[in-house]
Amino acid sequence: MTKAMTGAKMVVQALIDQGVEVVFGYPGGAVLPIYDEIFQQNSITHVLVRHEQGAVHAAEGYARSTGKPGVALVTSGPGATNAVTGLTDALLDSIPLIVLTGQVPTFMIGSDAFQEADTVGITRPCTKHNWLVKETDKLAATLHEAFHVATSGRPGPVLIDIPKDVQFATGTYTQAKQVETHYNPQVKGDLDAITELAKAMETAKRPVFYTGGGVINSGPAASQLLRELVAATGFPITSTLMGLGAYPASGDSWIGMLGMHGLYEANMAMHDCDLMINIGARFDDRITGRLDAFSPNSKKAHIDIDASSINKVIHVDIPILGDVAHVLEDLLNVWKARGRKTNKEGLSKWWNQINEWRNVKCLDFKQDGKIIKPQYALQRLEELTKKHDRYITTEVGQHQMWAAQYLRFEDPNRWMTSGGLGTMGYGFPASIGVQMAHPDALVINVAGEASWLMNMQELGTAMQYKLPVKQFILNNERLGMVRQWQELLHGERYSSSWSESLPDFVKLAEAFGAKGIQCHDPDALDDAIMEMITYDGPVLFDCLVEKHENCFPMIPSGKAHNEMLLGDDSTEGAIQGAGEALV
Amino acid sequence: MSALKIKKGATSHSAYNLRPNYSDTIEQHTLAVLVENEPGVLARVIGLFSGRGYNIDSLTVAEVDHLGHRSRITIVTSGTPQIIEQIKAQLGRIVDVHKVNDLTVEGPSVERELALFKVSGKGENRIEAVRLADIFRANVVDSTLESFIFEITGTPEKIDAFAELMQPLGLQEIARTGVAALSRGAV
Ligand SMILES: Cc1cc2nc3c(=O)[nH]c(=O)nc-3n(C[C@H](O)[C@H](O)[C@H](O)COP(=O)(O)OP(=O)(O)OC[C@H]3O[C@@H](n4cnc5c(N)ncnc54)[C@H](O)[C@@H]3O)c2cc1C
Ligand SMILES: Cc1ncc(C[n+]2csc(CCOP(=O)(O)OP(=O)(O)O)c2C)c(N)n1
Repeated sequence: MTKAMTGAKMVVQALIDQGVEVVFGYPGGAVLPIYDEIFQQNSITHVLVRHEQGAVHAAEGYARSTGKPGVALVTSGPGATNAVTGLTDALLDSIPLIVLTGQVPTFMIGSDAFQEADTVGITRPCTKHNWLVKETDKLAATLHEAFHVATSGRPGPVLIDIPKDVQFATGTYTQAKQVETHYNPQVKGDLDAITELAKAMETAKRPVFYTGGGVINSGPAASQLLRELVAATGFPITSTLMGLGAYPASGDSWIGMLGMHGLYEANMAMHDCDLMINIGARFDDRITGRLDAFSPNSKKAHIDIDASSINKVIHVDIPILGDVAHVLEDLLNVWKARGRKTNKEGLSKWWNQINEWRNVKCLDFKQDGKIIKPQYALQRLEELTKKHDRYITTEVGQHQMWAAQYLRFEDPNRWMTSGGLGTMGYGFPASIGVQMAHPDALVINVAGEASWLMNMQELGTAMQYKLPVKQFILNNERLGMVRQWQELLHGERYSSSWSESLPDFVKLAEAFGAKGIQCHDPDALDDAIMEMITYDGPVLFDCLVEKHENCFPMIPSGKAHNEMLLGDDSTEGAIQGAGEALV
Repeated sequence: MSALKIKKGATSHSAYNLRPNYSDTIEQHTLAVLVENEPGVLARVIGLFSGRGYNIDSLTVAEVDHLGHRSRITIVTSGTPQIIEQIKAQLGRIVDVHKVNDLTVEGPSVERELALFKVSGKGENRIEAVRLADIFRANVVDSTLESFIFEITGTPEKIDAFAELMQPLGLQEIARTGVAALSRGAV
């Protein structure tokens, strides 16, 4: 059935047809017709953010915590340019988003019209795909196609730029099922390659699963199959920052996060393994460290849906192009059909070795004295919230790494963090997006004070929509991660890494009508955290912590996995030579 | 707690120049990229090359199927085998790209380029220019008493060679189309 309607109405209709419930946005001249349509319906809730960057991060949080695409709506010119950081963030972390921008009318494009920007030009490198729609008749089909592209294959953000005259004009609405698309990435993996991997698994003495965000992207079935595979084989499993929760932290085979700030046992296992099975991870430089010393003696298999991720930085022996869930299902079937074999003797020795590494207890710390250690704050947060229906977002810095190390994730889609771009200011709006999707859940943003200030205006949004997001700020009065690098790399010259002139966070919260809590005493911490959890509304928790605590373990840039720094007493000269040039 | 196995200041390496041991010989490849003829598709392809630091030695583009709405972009690029593989994979993931063929590895192919040469001169030089043009099967498409425009088709190497010979004979300007290429034989 085709129907005539205005472009603006098509936008709303297509969103409804695609099952969209929430749109995060900010109005302006070039999107007024769409806002007018939003006003006249009740299917979609619009959340008015306080800055367009916040809209995009909120949509990311919504998407990551639900597995559905997030939607943001912004105006032309400054609205669109404010969305650029969020788009880039979503591109690097493979988050499906549909971002709609208004544009000046078609007949004014190119004339430096008021609030005109070349939005498709600016966002071409930071979207998976984008469109400028010049005819109302093509608008509905483009909207449907946009959802398909954002969510198929390797997910990512897409943008549709809609000139104002296209919104006003009337055209024919195309139904989603009428839209033809040539974009259909391969999801089934090659059976020969899968069999080769199954064979390698039968004989490996020191295997390790190295899993990543691709498992989360692939959906709940992928996490389920992964758990089955790990249980059936008894192989150890580590994950990147982006994949936490796909396999439960309480699982027997869990050896913790790997990478620059990963666990000693995870990195050593990666370095010494003889079979590395990469499932939906992309050999990021936070993982590999020095490339020529990366896991030198292993056979490597890589399951990834994006051909450009395979052999990009690390050459692999068994590449498998396909979707994690599809490939794992076939892999399990093939491996079972071949007799469910593993090298039991080798494995048991391997676990003995891993347990020795575990005994190093790389996350141990001492909470003594009257100053709260950030690790302690997170340990208590974990203890007091783990039984809740809990979602965690983070900002970027030391607190983010400590959150990854000390909080434990039992399920996928419970952990939202900016990994690839490392965007300070991500966590607060993301927590708003998560809370919109899960109104009754406990949503906590683990933040640093500097990051949190980057999008603090969203406190207004949290108040307006009564979103009880908890902002757990580890306040070290420093740009902590920057300060740590300056300590290790730049002779303790702390150039501009002090958080100066900080606000009184309690008063700041109160100015918005939210609750502020400050805590500096380790003995009062539990009660303060309980007060935060039980308060029905947004809370700004100002947790004053040790100012110069460093985040360990750490593999310095340009170092190998087995050259990890574990504590403060041996860091001098740790990063020298060309490693200094790395970030 | 102390660091394990860390040799202080031990490394003089940078992760960026420590690619694993792929062959690092630079190869030149000709890629045929079939794309949806959408606005911006060329910008996407060029943006990919500039954004990721790949080389473009030659690039041509034109619609090849009006009804099917398809254009063909022929790109000559160079890089290590690993980079070439990356370029193909990166091109392949552009939503508007239907197909990427590496004509250099997928069997024999024909490559041709068209060029126009403006050569001015008098006397001996002028005669010599026409003589060489004849050997290269270049056509004269414009002439005045003091100048010629030659049209020449051939491989890029042939055109390079012609340019070298024309240089001392009064070469003024060259316009080249870039390479068009097809694999040999039936599809
Ligand atoms: C301060 C800071 C420190 C950091 N330190 C660390 C650290 O110590 N350890 C760490 O792990 N990270 C760390 N990171 C994060 C790091 O930068 C990367 O973001 C992260 O390691 C990448 O995770 P990933 O490999 O799982 O890939 P992702 O970015 O999640 O990519 C997913 C991969 O899976 C593929 N994929 C997507 N969908 C599917 C599907 N359906 N089927 C199959 N494949 C699919 C994609 O093509 C891609 O290759 C840090 C970040 C910051 C900001
Ligand atoms: C938008 C942005 N600008 C700069 C940086 C570089 N950077 C990374 S971590 C960091 C300091 C973060 O400080 P804070 O939020 O207080 O967290 P802490 O490290 O102290 O826990 C900075 C400046 C960044 N990641 N993002």
